[in-house]
Amino acid sequence: MSTPEFSLGILLSSILAGLLGSLTGLGGGVVIVPVLTILFHVDIHYAIGASLVSVIATSSGAAAAYVREGYSNIRIGMFLEIATTIGALFGAWLTIRVPTHAIGIIFGVVLLYSAYASMRMKHNLHGIGMPDALATHLRMSGTMPGGDDGPESYVAQRVPAGFSLMFLAGSLSGLLGIGSGAVKVLAMDQAMRLPFKVSTTTSNFMIGVTAAASAGIYLSRGYIAPGLAMPVMLGVLGGSLVGSKILVHAEVRTLRIIFAFVIVALGLEMLVNSIRGIF
Amino acid sequence: MQVTDQKLEVAIGRMLQTGVLLAAAVVLLGGILYLLHETGPRPDYSHFHGEANALRSPADIATDAFRGDARSIIQLGLLLLIATPIARVILAAVGFLLERDRLYFWVSLIVLAVLLYSLLHAF
Repeated sequence: MSTPEFSLGILLSSILAGLLGSLTGLGGGVVIVPVLTILFHVDIHYAIGASLVSVIATSSGAAAAYVREGYSNIRIGMFLEIATTIGALFGAWLTIRVPTHAIGIIFGVVLLYSAYASMRMKHNLHGIGMPDALATHLRMSGTMPGGDDGPESYVAQRVPAGFSLMFLAGSLSGLLGIGSGAVKVLAMDQAMRLPFKVSTTTSNFMIGVTAAASAGIYLSRGYIAPGLAMPVMLGVLGGSLVGSKILVHAEVRTLRIIFAFVIVALGLEMLVNSIRGIF
Repeated sequence: MQVTDQKLEVAIGRMLQTGVLLAAAVVLLGGILYLLHETGPRPDYSHFHGEANALRSPADIATDAFRGDARSIIQLGLLLLIATPIARVILAAVGFLLERDRLYFWVSLIVLAVLLYSLLHAF
């Protein structure tokens, strides 16, 4: 295979990953790493480096569209970024020390969890229980565009639990080169009981800042190969921009189910390969 | 001018989008040059060696990019990309200061300190 053919193959796969990633809300990173390692036989460290830059691109690229809807909460996002960025530093520190097979196994488990999370019903827990004192002190509340009754107000709960989960999300992002949007949404939607739309749009904002915290370390360690990162970044960005346009018009339930199966297959493949590699 | 959260977020969103498009344009330019030169067999990424030192530090990347080296131009675009979320945190800090929200001004500065630590510690 020549370099232009290889680059074209990566570009097309990345467009598909970005498209599916944005349609399902999981992001492109979680798909592109297994695709690069399994289909294109790329070492997982290079795959992680390329994925990480594409994660920043999709997060920043979609920000303008998300802001216009008026759901994202800049204060809650900024406060939780303390946890995700420190987590990301820890994750990038771990990557150098953890054996490749272990990274593969963790990645496989995260893929299986992501598939589960994408299929989960959107429980709306917000409003149940009492806002905690910390949330009041930190003014972690807001209003969002509501239905017929006008703007709806909300306040965060269980801030320490959310903060701890955000540290985990940041660590996974730094370790695996993914946005770990699924864990971020879990922290805000399930732990902090924020409205689902507020959780997903604020998560998108946080993903770029989290990934930037580990990207500098990856670059300086030589994990980011320009010949590989170029088609991945351009492809995932392009695919996700198209995906976010389709999302407004299309019913994506069927696609979501198909995609969940693809993710399960990739996750199992990574798990089996990595476990086999140990023995 | 009255600074509100909504105005601040719209400004940040626009800034991020502009930064990404600029970064993508630089990466695309480098990519085209790269593919014009590299017509041989595909590079082997199956074993991790780490990229050359010239492709690791911002100063070296910038120097070689302006000399027209395709790989360095791609890396320069990626550096611009990494800079967009950092610029976002700086803009938010300024916005909170203008809103006289001291608490969140300091929260933003903590996040900025972690980001800068990662960049400066790494190089």
